[in-house]
Amino acid sequence: MTDTQYDRAPGDASALPDVEQGTSSGVLVYTIGLALAVVLTAMSFWVANTSLLWAGGVSLGLTVLAIAQMGVHLVFFLHVTTGPDNTNNVMALAFGVLIVVLVVVGSLLIMADLNDNMMPAAELMNLQMQH
Amino acid sequence: MSIAVAVDDEVRYEARPSASEAGPAPKRIVVGFGFWVFLLSDIVMFAAIFAAYAALAHATAGGPSGGQLFNQRSVAIETGCLLASSYTCGLMSLAIGSRRFAATYLAALVTFVLGACFLVLELREFAGMIAIGAGPQRSAFLSAFFTLVGCHGLHVTAGLVWLVVMMAQVAIKGFRAAVERRLLCFSLFWHALDIVWVWLFTVVYLMGVLS
Repeated sequence: MTDTQYDRAPGDASALPDVEQGTSSGVLVYTIGLALAVVLTAMSFWVANTSLLWAGGVSLGLTVLAIAQMGVHLVFFLHVTTGPDNTNNVMALAFGVLIVVLVVVGSLLIMADLNDNMMPAAELMNLQMQH
Repeated sequence: MSIAVAVDDEVRYEARPSASEAGPAPKRIVVGFGFWVFLLSDIVMFAAIFAAYAALAHATAGGPSGGQLFNQRSVAIETGCLLASSYTCGLMSLAIGSRRFAATYLAALVTFVLGACFLVLELREFAGMIAIGAGPQRSAFLSAFFTLVGCHGLHVTAGLVWLVVMMAQVAIKGFRAAVERRLLCFSLFWHALDIVWVWLFTVVYLMGVLS
């Protein structure tokens, strides 16, 4: 029998009152998160500026690093876990991510498609280039 | 559960009730979840602005492009400020959890100063761009840029005001339950802003310098 009677509030590290969460372990969690975020940020800046990598893959690499850093923030700063007391928070987050992906990917696809299909002479007729 | 059939009443009495049987959840969980949903809707709004920016990123109308305008060093310092302030905000949550007034004030002060540094750097960047004629009216790209980055900056400003108000509440009311719930919401807000900034510096600044 698990001890989880209620869900956990988002951002709360522990919902179990009888488990004494020492402050030092809390500091450790945040410090690990900070270290990982610093490493990922430094990698992002390095990837954007280096000439060692194939230029076509840099955008993809930056996107992957941003997703990784978002994960670090969610786990170490916002304390989102896969535990049963966190199901509601994760479900809400998943729905939010779904809408975000639909909005961004959908808008970009439609705008790229419009640009391709409706502007035969792209240089002359691109409405975005006009004032 | 097969044992439960034999001594049904006893087991049911001893077993912890499930969430539905236990009645409404504590207010901290309800408030936290509600604010979580608000934050997700806020991020959906940011997604719409991000989509607008990405669609207009090359519409410079003959004006300056991102590669000519952005200063990566300043962006790196801004990123560091916001990340460090997110960390000290986490330390503040720990201090609140163990009810230490001095540590709470200190962490809040550092969080505020780092957030203010971020804002000052961002405003200096905006002022520099407007001074060379690259204001939001110059091109669709710059309109989208100022909308997106400015919207995040407004959120940071609101967060700083909120932090001051919360510290006044801690000083006057102490760590009562309502104040702790508001502090929980503030830390959620501050961490979420940092996540938005991760996407912002990746998509706007780093990818902007590439093309």
